[in-house]
Amino acid sequence: MASKREIHINVPVLTRVEGEGALEFDVVQGVIQKLNLRIFEPPRLFEKFVEGYEYDQVIDMVARICGICPVAYQMSAVQAFERLFGTDPGPWVRDMRRVMYCGEWLQSHALHVHLLAAPDFFGFENAIAMAEKHPEAVRRGLRLQGLGNDLITLFGGRSVHPVGVRVGGFYKAPAQAAVADMVKQLEEALPQAEALVRWCAELDFPHDEQAFTSVALSEPDEYAIGSGRLVSGQGLDIDISHFESHFEEFQVSHSTALHTQLEGRPYLTGPLARLNLNFRQLPKPVRAVMEDCGIHFPSHNMFHSILARAIEIHLVIYEALQLLKAYQRPATPAVQVRPRAGTAFGCTEAPRGFLWHRYDVDGRGDIRRARIVPPTSQNQARIEQDLCASLESFGLDHDDDELRQRAEQVIRNYDPCISCATHFLKLKVSRR
Amino acid sequence: MNTPKPKLAIHKFSSCDGCQLALLNLGETLLELPKYVDITHFAEAGPNNPNAKVDIALVEGSISTPDDIERIKQVRENSAYLITIGACATAGGLQALANLADREAWMAAVYARPDTIETLSSSTSISGHVKVDLELHGCPVNSQQVIAALADLLAGVKPVSERQPLCMECKRKGVVCTMVTKGEPCMGPVTRAGCGALCPSLGRACYSCYGPAETVNDGALAQRLQSLGLTTEAVARHFLFITSGAPPFRDAGLRLRPPPLETDE
Repeated sequence: MASKREIHINVPVLTRVEGEGALEFDVVQGVIQKLNLRIFEPPRLFEKFVEGYEYDQVIDMVARICGICPVAYQMSAVQAFERLFGTDPGPWVRDMRRVMYCGEWLQSHALHVHLLAAPDFFGFENAIAMAEKHPEAVRRGLRLQGLGNDLITLFGGRSVHPVGVRVGGFYKAPAQAAVADMVKQLEEALPQAEALVRWCAELDFPHDEQAFTSVALSEPDEYAIGSGRLVSGQGLDIDISHFESHFEEFQVSHSTALHTQLEGRPYLTGPLARLNLNFRQLPKPVRAVMEDCGIHFPSHNMFHSILARAIEIHLVIYEALQLLKAYQRPATPAVQVRPRAGTAFGCTEAPRGFLWHRYDVDGRGDIRRARIVPPTSQNQARIEQDLCASLESFGLDHDDDELRQRAEQVIRNYDPCISCATHFLKLKVSRR
Repeated sequence: MNTPKPKLAIHKFSSCDGCQLALLNLGETLLELPKYVDITHFAEAGPNNPNAKVDIALVEGSISTPDDIERIKQVRENSAYLITIGACATAGGLQALANLADREAWMAAVYARPDTIETLSSSTSISGHVKVDLELHGCPVNSQQVIAALADLLAGVKPVSERQPLCMECKRKGVVCTMVTKGEPCMGPVTRAGCGALCPSLGRACYSCYGPAETVNDGALAQRLQSLGLTTEAVARHFLFITSGAPPFRDAGLRLRPPPLETDE
């Protein structure tokens, strides 16, 4: 029966994703023939207009690529320039940038889990509707999101396009009293984060195991956020400066976002990929809650992404708390910077996955050329691959509306941030 | 019974989504919002009725594709009161820097097949295409600005927009002047207030993410910046930054650095 049906599904606007995209797929004789995740966010050409601007201005320019993860853009850029210039801002700056980054993971993950993803699991149109039936869960999510924003604001003055980070350190170190107040809030949030993990562990996850390669940054002694080597579940282990020899970006006609492949194949970046590769480095209290709930990683079920985000929320609250408990206001929040010419590479873990930057810089510290590879464009090929597999395993004999809903839920597992995904790079012709 | 609540729509054009966060970052207040307004369209949050008639429309983003032009006309027709939020909607955004360059060459540098992507040759403000009732400036706008404007409208009064330069805000907050005391190249004298003097409070120079104030003496500021040791080119970059599409800054920047932009090699 189903195999005779020809279905054409067109979802013109994906709701509850950041930015605008659309999905089209055709089913002929029970098989998905053509599936396109269309991204039509207009190109903004960021990589071109940073040319000619000075390194510290670039920190504020690249933030504007994404309102949801501006800190990630600032951190990848600042790391790139400091590596090139040989600037070592020291352990205080390193720790406090990690805290600020924890704030961004917290606000972005809490927004996604509660406002964007959870309504799918409970069958609500959106979070405002869900809040009527599950007010405490939604309020907890909004409080955690707010705490993440406050953590960014502590160092950056505001949470969207914060203004605190500079090459060499920060513009200003937060006052001891403000940090003490934040420590109190983080302590109060810790049990909420635990409750969130337990709540997510109880969700009814579709069974949908798929084979895919996870890629993430990895550090020997900590759960990687702001630095590390690029590793995969299949043995990749490279310095970030070698990214271009292994990963290739290419344009597809149905999207303004470039697709990315690792050695010619789609791969996954983001919270689930990070947990798959780095779960052993989670702090003990975070692991204890997971074990208590019977949560195990690695997982190849993309629906576990929401759980991965909840665990990372627990992680970042714990980490930020430990680092801020030891806070000492330094004599100076930044070290001197001496620009020099060369190619700068930076890579950090944005909430949605790793974010790679390359800048060719002249002797004055002005940008000659830039290349930015954001997580959502990396995940696009994987999302399309996942959609084909998961819709077929869901059952193509479901009616159009059910198929559309399932497809949207699959896409939201990746938390695509479409405004990020729409600055692109020239096609690189050289393979490996 | 209650009179029907005013209908609110949030529309997005070319942007980073950061101004919509003025609502999504409201925390628990977000859940109070439906008591006062009926949110008919807010794709990022869920409600999706882009063509519904509304009382108030908030518009984020700049116009950069042929489809955008049609869409904004539709939004205008459907909205009794249209508010633009943020630097993209009010001035074309950071991406308006492409207006000053050879956009076709830029497209070709980024895409293997630029011909498959429909865009205009420029990124422009909403008010360049339709009548706008209120502009809220900032990159990004903050929650206070948006909620204050909505609250004013719900109370039946015309919202006030900020016109003064940032220097006034620094004085009101008692923030020490970064230009006078540290010789920092501050854009405060020509920048619209409203951010809360964020950068000077952190001891850094304002980089004008709120765009030009009502009156701009760019010549005097350019001279001052040069006397602090900035090259003419560096001064031009200060004007041609977040709101290069705002006429006072575009003109000031182009006087210092005539087009075309310096290109690669």
